[in-house]
Amino acid sequence: MPETREITLGEAVREALVEEMRRDSRVFICGEDIAEAGTVFKVLGGLVDEFGPERVLDTPISEAGFTGMAVGAAMTGMRPVVDIMFGDFSTLVMDQMVNQAAKVHYMSGGRWKVPMVMRATLGATRRSGAQHSQSLHAWFCHVPGLKVVLPATPYDAKGLMKTAIRDDNPVVFFEDKMMYRLKGPVPAEEYTIPFGVADVKREGTDVTIVATSSMVQVALGAAKLLEADGISAEVIDPRTLWPLDEKTLVESAKKTSRVIVVDEGYGRYGATAEIASAITEGAFFDLEAPVKRIGAMHVPIPFSPPLEDATVPNEQAVVAAAKALLG
Amino acid sequence: MAIAVDRLQTAPEAEIDQWLRMYRRMLMIRLFEEQVNDLYTRALMPGLAHLYIGEEAVAVGVCEALRSDDYITSTHRGHGHCLAKGARLDRMFAELLGKEAGYCKGKGGSMHIADPDTGNLGANAIVGGSAGIATGAALTAKRMKTGRVAVCFFGDGAMGQGLLYEVMNMASLWKLPVIYVCENNLYGEYTSNVETLAGDMLTRAAGFAIRGESVDGQDVRKVHAAATQIVERVRAGAGPAFLVCNTYRFMGHHVGDVNREYYRSKQEEQLWKTERDPIKLLGDWLGAQNLTDRARLEQLRIEVKSEVEQAVQFALAAPYPGPDKVDQDVYA
Repeated sequence: MPETREITLGEAVREALVEEMRRDSRVFICGEDIAEAGTVFKVLGGLVDEFGPERVLDTPISEAGFTGMAVGAAMTGMRPVVDIMFGDFSTLVMDQMVNQAAKVHYMSGGRWKVPMVMRATLGATRRSGAQHSQSLHAWFCHVPGLKVVLPATPYDAKGLMKTAIRDDNPVVFFEDKMMYRLKGPVPAEEYTIPFGVADVKREGTDVTIVATSSMVQVALGAAKLLEADGISAEVIDPRTLWPLDEKTLVESAKKTSRVIVVDEGYGRYGATAEIASAITEGAFFDLEAPVKRIGAMHVPIPFSPPLEDATVPNEQAVVAAAKALLG
Repeated sequence: MAIAVDRLQTAPEAEIDQWLRMYRRMLMIRLFEEQVNDLYTRALMPGLAHLYIGEEAVAVGVCEALRSDDYITSTHRGHGHCLAKGARLDRMFAELLGKEAGYCKGKGGSMHIADPDTGNLGANAIVGGSAGIATGAALTAKRMKTGRVAVCFFGDGAMGQGLLYEVMNMASLWKLPVIYVCENNLYGEYTSNVETLAGDMLTRAAGFAIRGESVDGQDVRKVHAAATQIVERVRAGAGPAFLVCNTYRFMGHHVGDVNREYYRSKQEEQLWKTERDPIKLLGDWLGAQNLTDRARLEQLRIEVKSEVEQAVQFALAAPYPGPDKVDQDVYA
């Protein structure tokens, strides 16, 4: 019987990096306070002891600069992992990710490739204010040439990170900063998880809840509450927003005929809109009601705790939406 | 007392060959660009192009100092860099015309020519946008101990971009083998850099403890001499370098920029064209040194002109990519 331990999501990310760095000497990680400090979230603690400061490279506070360098290093034979401490700093690296990394392969007629991973965090309620709390993953989904990964469990985080590092394209990997201590079962032996394969986190028959990243636990919590009221909810995590496993989402929608999509990014032009549209196109004649979307409130994330909490979708909101759908 | 000597008899043959090679390369870029302008004016080329005419000595002088496996990154005004690094005329023209036979299968165009075979990491249409890529290539060279150097070409306009200073800082901290080459052609698009550049360019690099120097960018021998020394030093592990080549864009910002008097005078342009043409300067010097004669230079011109004509005919006749190619190469 294969051994499975309980480890945290942070430990799972760390394990994936360690294993890939042992496996492939071209892999290195760079970013701010990642070496001795092990990142502000302490996810990479101890890596520098094993791999040294050249492969766990502390950088100046120059997100655009070291992301651009990662693009060049990736093109010339390395496999960099860039650590962007807060996803909010995506604004600073956008030219390097959107105009450089994402386009190099296409613009060169397929002759150069950019095998790199940009790690970043998302998620509010850490009382960090408007510039350290956003969930901006949808921005990257809009850009051809990028892949976008949002793990929601330790198991998924490890398997998807290993796949991201081995992928020959630029991959943007968002981790929910509030889930780093979430524990879950992770096999001791090696495994990877393919991109573009959604995971049914809970099977159900009455309503489908499609949830990403930080919202998967919210959806599972809502499903439990609904169960107490006799409503059977299916929870599906796409795990990668691009490539997107539309087939699994549509099949579930056809089965339950009612769908809620919940994501911590902004709803307006956000991930929920794309997913809802894909489901509507694929399962229109099987739906009993329009797909319901739940995202962050369309306001800058406020600091004051009751205000901040009000901006993030919660279990009650999902339960209410499900009950409304079921009439 | 100085004794006049016949250089033809005393200069090593290899040295003469090198000067003639650089002359030929500059001429190739010039005639290529003149042909591009012609294609544009005859409405045979889609889009625009930014011509390198007048600046040939920079690309040729620097690239002549490089190994074929060294890296370059280029700019929107990049045809000269690509050709100087060894690109073929026919595939260059084909790319400019959006043809399948182009370096990027027609998907890149004038501002995005890239070619792994010649170490060309790509021209870049974001001003200063390739500074990170070049510096990252230097990081790879250092980590993998390949002995390669990376040259980042950019114009004086890029001196206004923050990315450049972020990567200069890291390149200096980590002693990366990267050479930042600023082609100071005095204008960023349609604006004199008198209006956009504060202080002194070399001092900016000095602030990062990067050794900088400036050179007459119209004199290919001076550019080459400076680049050779810098490349040797950088390859040996001395860390990054900064080279400012003072040059001039003989034509407009792009092929459609014809009426330019609102930002620079015709007299100024005329002065550069007649007094500071890099090809004429080298030709005159070679003649004065008795290293070659007019007939040989004229023969070179005839050869290059014929190569350019054959290449453009190839590109004009080449097929466009089929519509089925449009969604290929998005992902590796």
